[in-house]
Amino acid sequence: MDFKSISQLKSLLNENKISVKEIAETYIKRIKEKKELNIFIYFNDDKIHEQVKEIERLPNDLTLKGIPIAVKDLFCTKNMPTTAGSKILNNFEPSYESFVTQKLVDQGSIFVGKTNLDEFAMGSATNTSYFGNTINPLSKNDNPLTSGGSSGGSAAAVAADLCLGATGTDTGGSIRQPASFCGVVGIKPTYGLCSRWGIAAFASSLDQAGVFSKNVTDASILLEEIAGHDQRDSTSSNVQIPSYSKNLNPSLDGKVVGIPKEYTVEGTSDEINGVWEDAIKSLEKKGAKIKHISLPHTKYALPTYYIIAPAEASSNLARYDGVKYGFRATDSKSLDDMYELTRSEGFGKEVKRRILIGTYVLSAGYYDAYYLKAQKVRKLIANDFLEVFSDCDLILTPTAPSAAFLLNEKQDDPIKMYLNDVFTVPASLAGIPGISIPYGKDKQGLPLGIQLLSKHYNEQEIFNAAFALEKDYE
Amino acid sequence: MKLDTNTINKIAKLARIRLSEEEAKDLLKDMNSILDWVEQLNEVNTDSVAPLANISSSTLPQRKDEAKDINSTDEILKNSPDKLEGYFAVPKVVE
Amino acid sequence: MSNLIKGKKHDWETVIGLEIHAQVKSNSKLFSNSSTAFGSKPNSQVSLVDAAMPGMLPVINRYCIEQAVKTGIGLKAKINNYSVFDRKNYFYADLPQGYQISQYKHPIVGEGKVIIDFKDGSSKDIRIVRLHLEQDAGKSLHDQNPTKTYVDLNRSGVALMEIVSEPDIRSADEAGLYISKIRSILMYLDTCDGNMQEGSLRADVNISVRKPGDEYGTRCEIKNLNSIKFIKQAINYEVKRQIEVLEDGGVIEQNTLLFNTSTGKTRPMRSKEEAHDYRYFPDPDLLPLEIDLEDINKLKKTIPELPDDRKKRYVDDYNLSNYDASVLTADKSVSDYFDTVIKSDKKLKESSKIVVNWITSELFSLLNEKNIEINNSPITPENLGRLIKFIKEDIISGKIAKEVLLEMFNTKLNPQKIIEQKGLKQVTDTSEIEIIVDEVLKENQKMVDQYLSGKDKLLGFFVGQSMKKSKGKANPKILNQILKIKLSKKK
Repeated sequence: MDFKSISQLKSLLNENKISVKEIAETYIKRIKEKKELNIFIYFNDDKIHEQVKEIERLPNDLTLKGIPIAVKDLFCTKNMPTTAGSKILNNFEPSYESFVTQKLVDQGSIFVGKTNLDEFAMGSATNTSYFGNTINPLSKNDNPLTSGGSSGGSAAAVAADLCLGATGTDTGGSIRQPASFCGVVGIKPTYGLCSRWGIAAFASSLDQAGVFSKNVTDASILLEEIAGHDQRDSTSSNVQIPSYSKNLNPSLDGKVVGIPKEYTVEGTSDEINGVWEDAIKSLEKKGAKIKHISLPHTKYALPTYYIIAPAEASSNLARYDGVKYGFRATDSKSLDDMYELTRSEGFGKEVKRRILIGTYVLSAGYYDAYYLKAQKVRKLIANDFLEVFSDCDLILTPTAPSAAFLLNEKQDDPIKMYLNDVFTVPASLAGIPGISIPYGKDKQGLPLGIQLLSKHYNEQEIFNAAFALEKDYE
Repeated sequence: MKLDTNTINKIAKLARIRLSEEEAKDLLKDMNSILDWVEQLNEVNTDSVAPLANISSSTLPQRKDEAKDINSTDEILKNSPDKLEGYFAVPKVVE
Repeated sequence: MSNLIKGKKHDWETVIGLEIHAQVKSNSKLFSNSSTAFGSKPNSQVSLVDAAMPGMLPVINRYCIEQAVKTGIGLKAKINNYSVFDRKNYFYADLPQGYQISQYKHPIVGEGKVIIDFKDGSSKDIRIVRLHLEQDAGKSLHDQNPTKTYVDLNRSGVALMEIVSEPDIRSADEAGLYISKIRSILMYLDTCDGNMQEGSLRADVNISVRKPGDEYGTRCEIKNLNSIKFIKQAINYEVKRQIEVLEDGGVIEQNTLLFNTSTGKTRPMRSKEEAHDYRYFPDPDLLPLEIDLEDINKLKKTIPELPDDRKKRYVDDYNLSNYDASVLTADKSVSDYFDTVIKSDKKLKESSKIVVNWITSELFSLLNEKNIEINNSPITPENLGRLIKFIKEDIISGKIAKEVLLEMFNTKLNPQKIIEQKGLKQVTDTSEIEIIVDEVLKENQKMVDQYLSGKDKLLGFFVGQSMKKSKGKANPKILNQILKIKLSKKK
């Protein structure tokens, strides 16, 4: 049986055409069949059966009852270990459930497993994980493609039909870029919309949870469940969460969509620019007004991001010291010895690189030149968006400069890898919401994504426009 | 070149990450190219710009002074790689 | 008062600045919900936040902010409407996050001052640079196991106020007076319990020496001193050491020192040798703290009378000396006791000096002997007031009063009952005293003769004998008068 959407599966369940147990069995079978894609860090069918027993007892009107969900292994979960894709969290079993996953549990969803990711979400290809690379389910022949990153496992899980929805986190594009690479929908909401409580931190001022799904409607259903204020997160937004799914409206009459000239970047494939062009035309046809705009500080977003994110990460990852949990190196002679060996063996190359960059830009004598400077440029980038949104409802851009690339490409040069985030990072720095939806394919048949951005807390507008564009490919 | 081996080692020491000679060499190359690349921020005039530390525009939420989180000692120590007599244990420190 | 120390070639001046760490008196920690109670089982008051579990986030305790603001007001300091929490990054076993949340560039409280009072009646201002809020660390125990250090996180995350002074202190004694004064202010405000033994109040001391008039010398920092006695000992030792080094032609190395309480010596800390680079930056898990004027004004209204105000009141209203008043007000509970005694009867106001003496000599010696705090004194302030009134009204003599006080201390009874039960009321009836005097003069005829022949000093002997016969109850004034009259009649 093919399950296309949350609502379809829900009605099958409500009409007793399928049971929670049968859903679970179906997905367990599929996951086992796709083992070679290395999508899950943790998968245990016993754990799923345990959940099924609980879920069967829950009332049918729960929004996500029986819906199979994959959880990025950055979210701490009570019943499954949490690794953040790192050796340093080996055998870590949280005694607590993250805010976001708790909400999903409360609505009766089935957690099918914990998905692979770049170590501590640092990467754009799910190739820095201690647990190996995730292979994009759309790969052909013997040329494995990346599923993007850092939430590559979650995006791949949705693309490979191993779940109907998945959680992700997005710090500089970690939901939108893998969504684009895997041909699924991925939304990063406004910074602060979903609590960060219980999500292993990468860069606190940028980290934001979001979701992957097979279509825009499902994304809107999932986001309205996981969003909401949390007193345990001082940066959590205290705003009313609308019922995005009920309010979905594909009408774009009179909406102004900005097309930023700075997003025409050298190195972007013609096919991507072509898809972007198509989407613009479609929006226009649907009644939207197209406005050519400028976000002048766009080109500084990446270097700004690669100062701020590592700086915060260098401090956020100091707690992984082998004392309270996780991996500890053996045979250390002193406390410092233990720290150095543990962190040296426990962290992978990319994480170490970012911790060191972050340590350097915060260190005495360099703080002003790097960190403070970056915070100021960040302000300018945020202001660019603020200004544009005074007369635009939405901004439309490509999601990534390329389709999914070969798994082993780009690995030697960190900057080349960082350039993957060129279209996603500015919105992260400004804290505004963004969605990536699949919109066409390249010559090889690989999906290409386009990105819709809007102002803070304007997720509804994003869903509406994405909902309208999605119809072009139904 | 912004960094030399010496600086890399000093930074690594601050971050408590031990680097092999080869790793240090490798990282030196990467970090220098990253630092050169971020240098472009100097093109931006930020003289009158206030730094942005956090996106949120609201004020710092404050909680009541109530002692209520009860986490058992076992729960707190559960994941520790070395625990003894109700304590976390680490290699002996000479102050 | 000169604080200069005689050297081989020239005098030396000591320059001291203190960083006092005062734990905020609160139920729960600064950024988590776990309890702050002292002395519990190891790792029994540790939340997921305190243990720095992945994904845990800080949420600030409003009460701790208020306590810091109140303390700022008590230190006559500027309260900053805008302050920022920063991360101070370093690795240590009892620092689970790998950073301490503190305040660096924008502390909650700015410049203030504290007055210290000397025995000679003079006083001096010590300037406060700032007060900021930060998290306390856990505790490392190095002596429980031969090869391991144990870590207890119960203290991890408790709110601390770090109070930083300017280097205005010039001697160990001044340092002692300064920390006593801060402690006293904190306890009046009830923002810190002031318990130095349990580490609720502790200090890092920065010390340097210089030739008077020169630039500041290189300083050393002695970490974590938790008694006034040790602070003074450590300063005196360190000053002597530094002078010796300099006079021998050496240089002082800037160092972090530990004070060994059993040897009385300081030594460099071994574990923190490499240069610090704390990489402070604003904690992205928190937003800036804004306090509006209205909130500050509300808190100002809750500030009780503070030691300096009270001292002034004692000097103005009760004619106490500046120093007496400062000694009395140093400990809030002593001062409260004094106030209650005085307020228990209108007539006692004019006897305030007698009240001070009875508290600081007689009562204190009884309390000290049994190691009882004045709050728990078996003699209530009201009863002490009654006793002093009996003395003033000549109902009992001072000597008998001491006896009554001891009885009050042992039985908790009020003085009237004791005086009645034991028949200690002073004899003022002249006829009764005359009978006693007659008997004494009769029994000591020889002495009377000597007196009459010019040995005036024997009057005291007759007083003593008569007093003894009256069991101490005779009113000394009347007794004196009668004796003189009777003896003169014999001439």
